[in-house]
Amino acid sequence: MKTPLIQLNDIHKTFGSNKVLDGITLSIYQGEITTIIGKSGGGKSVLLKHIIGLLEPDSGQILFNGQPLSGMKRPERKTLKRKFSYMFQGNALFDSLTVCENVALPLKETTSMSDKEIRRRADEKMAHLDIQGIEDKYPSQLSGGMKKRVALARALMTDPEIILFDEPTTGLDPIRKNAVLSMISDYQKKFGFTGVVVSHEIPDIFYISQRIAMLNDGRILFEGSPDEIQRTTVPEIRNFIYGYEDQKDHTDKRHQPYVERRFLQEMVRLQNHHITFSLVLFMFENIDKLCEHAEHIAGHTVIENLAQKIRSKITITDSCSRFGLNKIVLLISNADISQARAFCESLASEIQGKDIAGFKHNPDFCFSISVGFAQATQDSSLETLLETAESSSKPFYATSHT
Amino acid sequence: MTTLSNVKLSLSALGRMTLSPVQELGKITVFFFWGMVHIVSFPLQVYKIVEQIYFIGMKSVFVICLTGAFTGMVLGLQGYYTLVKFGSEGVLGAAVALSLIREMGPVLTAIMVVGRAGSAMAAEIGIMRISEQIDALETMDIDPVRFLVSPRIAAALISFPLLTALFDVIGIFGGYLTGSVLLGINPGIYFSRVESSVIMKDISGGFAKSIVFALVVVTVCCFKGYFTHLQTEGFGSKGVSLSTTSAVVLSCVLVLITDYMLTSILL
Repeated sequence: MKTPLIQLNDIHKTFGSNKVLDGITLSIYQGEITTIIGKSGGGKSVLLKHIIGLLEPDSGQILFNGQPLSGMKRPERKTLKRKFSYMFQGNALFDSLTVCENVALPLKETTSMSDKEIRRRADEKMAHLDIQGIEDKYPSQLSGGMKKRVALARALMTDPEIILFDEPTTGLDPIRKNAVLSMISDYQKKFGFTGVVVSHEIPDIFYISQRIAMLNDGRILFEGSPDEIQRTTVPEIRNFIYGYEDQKDHTDKRHQPYVERRFLQEMVRLQNHHITFSLVLFMFENIDKLCEHAEHIAGHTVIENLAQKIRSKITITDSCSRFGLNKIVLLISNADISQARAFCESLASEIQGKDIAGFKHNPDFCFSISVGFAQATQDSSLETLLETAESSSKPFYATSHT
Repeated sequence: MTTLSNVKLSLSALGRMTLSPVQELGKITVFFFWGMVHIVSFPLQVYKIVEQIYFIGMKSVFVICLTGAFTGMVLGLQGYYTLVKFGSEGVLGAAVALSLIREMGPVLTAIMVVGRAGSAMAAEIGIMRISEQIDALETMDIDPVRFLVSPRIAAALISFPLLTALFDVIGIFGGYLTGSVLLGINPGIYFSRVESSVIMKDISGGFAKSIVFALVVVTVCCFKGYFTHLQTEGFGSKGVSLSTTSAVVLSCVLVLITDYMLTSILL
């Protein structure tokens, strides 16, 4: 059994007469992204502040690698603190410092690095986050989205082992939001940090998280994987998750539960009326590298562009949805596997040779999409169909070398 | 029973009223101690100290010159009309110089700096507190007291005596303007009285006061700003406004109280 990196045991916190945390017990594992969801004003930020030590619990214990935080001596706490980074909900940028000075501050104040090296690192981080050209501006001169990215760049400057993100995507447009989520996921894979994210971005946040914890009435109501939370039958959790979804437009076919609902509907038709259907799985092979070669929103743009092409060709009974970070699932109603293949051949001939990425790509880098097919039978499950499609995948599209 | 519980309540209220200032004083002392310790902790924050000397010292020069000149002129005017009644207007130079160097120079300089720089310190640090910038420093493992308070204390320790000296000199010339130029006292007598009456003890006493005032003013103003979030009467921008007001009022009151205590020790 894995030992948690951070363990919160029965944490209580009250502000005046307002009980915010009422016995929180939560495990955070190394190298994973744990997302805390819950109602606004429910104490998620307070919980994060307990983890980093900005707030002390009234009672309960916080353990790091099994060692209680309260029992640590000052130097030990200092060493531990250096492993952390925190991205504040309100950004907490220093308004009297320029963007560059803000980003460089953690290294400037805590290391003996030369100014030149600090500047190089700051430029690198700002380039990753697409915030070049604003180095000499002050936070008050920036838009909300830019401030978020500056705060994120500052949080990443020290290459920390544990990063706490307090609503990192609030106030961003959908494209930037996906770019930031992709970037958190990419950085997490690249550097292997442990992430704790407070977010309301359901279900997008599920794609980048390994664990989800739901906070309700000062307690952890659920702790588990994104799959588990989406399959849960607990009414409070379902209402919370799907309540968020219901507010969104269902024609925005990016939500995993939508795929499941459509699959179940097709299965009912198959079982009752023997109307078969096929599943087509489009897999974007090297989307991580694409983000490195182009920019963080490139991955999102490619997926959206292909999804639009597919939507323009499908009928009203078919459904096309994003699945995970780098997949699109297409359910073709009343079609066997050969018809699904024919559909894809037609689509491939339309897009082959065309630039579906919509950005200037590196000539040395080849980006590809593969496609897999599966035909449903009476006893199929979505998982088995996805596995079949994935195992039988073949090249579908590739950017040409110039 | 009701009388007993009323007595208990009154006693506990009295206890709270007594303990609260003592606790506050304890907090300020610890805050001041950490601020002082971090002035000499490595790496030295030379650039930040110079920046603060510019803000507290250099930017206060004009207002200090202005208030110094008018204080000296008023002293010259009042002193002349008082001394002339006793036929001793010749000692005006001594009266103006000693009043300024011993008392008015350090006190008025401190009060002027409270108004100009102290209020700005309290407001700036207070805003940093409510916008979580101080929390951000803590999460980055940057000691906020070292980052925000120590350079200000160091800069005040350098700026206050220099500003006081400037105030004294300008004030003495202000007294000369009214006493000699306007009212006709011989300039030679005015300045010879200044020279003969002022001894080194007066000057060092004035500087000692200005150093103590520097510590009092910066500590109180930074402390009030730093703990803006603990204001019980108001939160957010109102909290910052209350902190700034209380920083200015408390600093001025403490400057006057400390002045009395130091005078009684130094005399």
